Amino acid sequence: MNLDSKIPEGPLSDKWDNHRFSSKLVNPANKRKYRVIVVGSGLAGGSAAATLAELGYNVDCFCYQDSPRRAHSIAAQGGINGAKNYQNDGDSIHRLFYDTVKGGDFRSREANVYRLAQVSTNIIDQCVAQGVPFAREYGGLLANRSFGGAQVSRTFYARGQTGQQLLLGAYSALSRQISTGQVKMHTRHEMLDLVVVDGHAKGIITRNLATGETKAWTADAVLLCTGGYGNVYYLSTNAIGCNVTATYRAYRRGAGFANPCFTQIHPTCIPVAGDHQSKLTLMSESLRNDGRVWVPKKAEDCGKNPNDIPEADRDYYLERKYPSFGNLAPRDISSRSAKEACDEGRGVGPGGRGVYLDFADAISRLGESVIRERYGNLFQMYERITGENAYQRPMRIYPAIHYTMGGLWVDYNLMTTIPGCFALGEANFSDHGANRLGASALMQGLSDGYFVAPYTIGNYLANSGAGTISPDSPEVKEVMESVRERVDQLTSSNGNRSARSYHKQLGQIMWEYAGMARNAPGLEKAIGEIQELRDDFNKNLLVPGTGSNLNAELERAGRVRDFIDFGELLCRDALERKESCGGHFREEYQTEDGEATRDDENFAHAAVWEYKGEGKTPARHKEELKYDNVKLAVRSYK
Amino acid sequence: MFSSSLGKKYLMALTGIVLIGFVFVHMAGNLQVLLGQDKINAYAHALQSLPMPILWGSRLFLLVCVILHAWTAIVLIRENRAARPQGNDVEVTKRAGLSSLKMGLSGTILLFFIVFHLLHFTIRTVYPEYNDMMTTVGAPEGEEVHDVYTMVLAGFQHIWVSVFYIVAMFLLCGHLSHGFSSVFQSLGIRSDSWRVKIELGAKAYAWVIFLGFSIIPILVLGQKLDFISFFEPSLFSDSLAVR
Amino acid sequence: MKLILRVWRQDGAEDEGRFETHQLDGVSEDSSFLEMLDQLNEQLLEEGTEPILFDHDCREGICGTCSLTINGLAHGPEDSTTTCQLHMRKFSDGETVTIEPFRARAFPIVRDLVVDRSAFDRITQAGGYITVRTGSAPDGNAIPVPKDDSDKAMDAAACIGCGACVASCKNASAMLFTSAKAGHLNLLPQGKAEKDKRVLAMVEEMDNSGFGNCRNYGECSAACPKDISLDYIAKLNRDHAAAKVRKIFT
Repeated sequence: MNLDSKIPEGPLSDKWDNHRFSSKLVNPANKRKYRVIVVGSGLAGGSAAATLAELGYNVDCFCYQDSPRRAHSIAAQGGINGAKNYQNDGDSIHRLFYDTVKGGDFRSREANVYRLAQVSTNIIDQCVAQGVPFAREYGGLLANRSFGGAQVSRTFYARGQTGQQLLLGAYSALSRQISTGQVKMHTRHEMLDLVVVDGHAKGIITRNLATGETKAWTADAVLLCTGGYGNVYYLSTNAIGCNVTATYRAYRRGAGFANPCFTQIHPTCIPVAGDHQSKLTLMSESLRNDGRVWVPKKAEDCGKNPNDIPEADRDYYLERKYPSFGNLAPRDISSRSAKEACDEGRGVGPGGRGVYLDFADAISRLGESVIRERYGNLFQMYERITGENAYQRPMRIYPAIHYTMGGLWVDYNLMTTIPGCFALGEANFSDHGANRLGASALMQGLSDGYFVAPYTIGNYLANSGAGTISPDSPEVKEVMESVRERVDQLTSSNGNRSARSYHKQLGQIMWEYAGMARNAPGLEKAIGEIQELRDDFNKNLLVPGTGSNLNAELERAGRVRDFIDFGELLCRDALERKESCGGHFREEYQTEDGEATRDDENFAHAAVWEYKGEGKTPARHKEELKYDNVKLAVRSYK
Repeated sequence: MFSSSLGKKYLMALTGIVLIGFVFVHMAGNLQVLLGQDKINAYAHALQSLPMPILWGSRLFLLVCVILHAWTAIVLIRENRAARPQGNDVEVTKRAGLSSLKMGLSGTILLFFIVFHLLHFTIRTVYPEYNDMMTTVGAPEGEEVHDVYTMVLAGFQHIWVSVFYIVAMFLLCGHLSHGFSSVFQSLGIRSDSWRVKIELGAKAYAWVIFLGFSIIPILVLGQKLDFISFFEPSLFSDSLAVR
Repeated sequence: MKLILRVWRQDGAEDEGRFETHQLDGVSEDSSFLEMLDQLNEQLLEEGTEPILFDHDCREGICGTCSLTINGLAHGPEDSTTTCQLHMRKFSDGETVTIEPFRARAFPIVRDLVVDRSAFDRITQAGGYITVRTGSAPDGNAIPVPKDDSDKAMDAAACIGCGACVASCKNASAMLFTSAKAGHLNLLPQGKAEKDKRVLAMVEEMDNSGFGNCRNYGECSAACPKDISLDYIAKLNRDHAAAKVRKIFT
């Protein structure tokens, strides 16, 4: 597997400029000869489709939702980072770069991250011009806040709905291109396979979810902007429809999958209430700015009304263990600490899986009205879901799967190991290493879509030349047939178990053995259980109805089938990465007081998995990560 | 300008404003019945003696407004029915008041009322004998003028006529309370802070109109049924009413 | 909890619809309305019936995919709440719950409770954007925006495009949606240049899509899970009238 990262020459700060200059351009008059497929319409997909169309390429954009505006980027709450230094508090491109590399526990690629920090400022300008209503100060200029443990205020936000507003910005740009006909939008279409001809990505096969029609689409390049795979855990903060199928199918066609074990757990989610639970709801991390996290010191107090537990019997464990960061300790650290407290039997709420996030101090210090102003919508949401009033009793929170740093391996051009197949946003692995900082996901999605891919795709197209193949060519038909067979196989499943029940069981295995803390025997056990689950799925799945119209069970079955295979890959990656770093915590590799132990000597690389065929063990390759501009340090938040 | 959905709303609002203004002037004129036979007769005579173009111009203008208002309403209602061919099995209303929901019904009844009212007191074909009521009371130069005072008192001594007038005015009140505030909404001539004030103002206006118009048939009926004595008693005889 | 569920079933846009009644036992009051439907669907699968189709995705009240008219109310009885955020503790044991799709000519039924809301996308495509090429933007702080305008724009931009305004309107009018989108952009200095063109085009597309007319009932705003105010409809009326008048004189 060729893992040439194609990092440009020159000093870090000049790399992107040099690269843009040395990249070939497509003559403006020739751009209309090229067709580009964009799968996904979230921040990465929406912005890429709109920008490529503006440049003059013909774009086909696909999403499984009924409208491109509904992609799950919409659910991001907190904000978007930008190294504007509007607050004059010492921020810079280099600082954002450094924070991101450090936050990622030194498992991301320097050059990519630096470029991300560079274009972060352009993103803010672009979004403001589109009419994104970022929060403003009374003078009419943009406001910022500090977010997710950053020491500077570089986060731009639109109330608690930043993702929604940024997505609506990208969606409006996309809508403009749809109205001119430059983008053809295909909603309720799900990508089921990638067409690779002579080693180059040349198209995709989709299923129209409303009519059941499977169809081949061909193009000169394919962009996968299909988000992360958090739903492999069944319960996550992802939308119900989020799935791994597009990237997993690309993996099966030859794209390397990097670091699948790097998953992020978000510490402030609403705990599971019962067996009926279908998804978890995140509450913005900004709550930790004013809330104090604690559990009872004594396990026997867990059932008590929290307001009746005296101060002396409470354990504010984050403040105790990490005095300088306290309640703002990074996501992985806060999450793991919550798990530890609950494992010790000190968890609260249903099933003992929850910790308190207490606003009593903040309310007595600032007054209820200030808290209401800052977090009113979150408190309201909490009450809707739990039926509890967080002004009167502490919230209960618990970590949940939220984001996945792993994804398709891409080079500096965001191209996967299949030439012509690009991966943008959460679907690729490049920028966040082993852990993503708060307010950086939105930044990366938009950076890839607005400012990176439009250049690098031009370079690829200029070098490869226009050459869309016909959807009727034998290579395309062959892939199409395999997709039809797969769909037919699913629709003829006459067993007795729903796809949901398999998904749930897979999620339990994943969360138990490959969740917040992992160990070798557990992961081996998980792989065995997943294989058994797959056999059972193949035998006993039940899919009602036909494939010729809207059939939610069929959709789910296809996605769960890929999640099962992918879950195994994730466990395998976790097993092989014999260190603890970022979101990947191996119990074997920790200090005496329970801190993660990274192994830079043996694991300062991206693990890239190559598909070797059905039932065969995939091959693990490495991209060594070189750090010329930062010193590998132990992440300490004490 | 008026072809789009919003254009039709503007037309409803603009014709609505004219009619809203008209009912106030009409009411103010009517109330002169309470000041005595000479006042109302003189006022009516003065109106009738306006130069032809002004008198008929205004009448025509009002008629056009009523027709446009009603016609646009019919077009809108037809479009609205087409936009929602199948309603909910369980139909619930969360915020809208009865008066706003029943604008079509109140409007239709008011249209019938207007026709009846014109035939009753203006064209006087319902009781042609009203044409013969002449007097010198209230005449500016002592000539014979139409005795509006007697006609009104005679007209409202029919119980069912009065009841119809009062009911119609109640419907007008409902129609106005939604319609008047809607004018501001449809033309966008209001701000956030004025919304509540406008709604209250519209309600108050609607009730003033209702009371102003209804007070006359109420007083007449009251005297007819011997509860009060306000008007000239000699005008209260069965023969006058029946005639 | 035990519930009697009257659910609308319809095979396709052109087919006849009908109500089906199911009994569902053992519903947790901590489950969301959609989780209750998941439970019903698992039961239907066991009984050998095809599950009920309904639109849903994020299940946290922001994507705008979920719909449903529940006991006659778009998104159900709780104010400022989408169906996915509505929890069963708002219902009582033994209650009969009627579940219908969002009904409007402009939202044809795809299957069961799933409707096609692409008319909203078309309204946005007509003018719900600010024309700005990627890379051509001035510095983010180049144009100060009064905080008040920015806040009002944000209030409008909070619209999730779910269509509850249309479903709750007796006339299936899309004015609240259209006015929120137009109002968000018209309030900002960045959006001023295309204001007239925007409102005329968006209203025209709205009319062409077969929505009804606004009659100022306010049902839309009452049903809106994001509490979008009728003020935006007044503003769109004003902006549209001004645009029309300006068009006459230019």
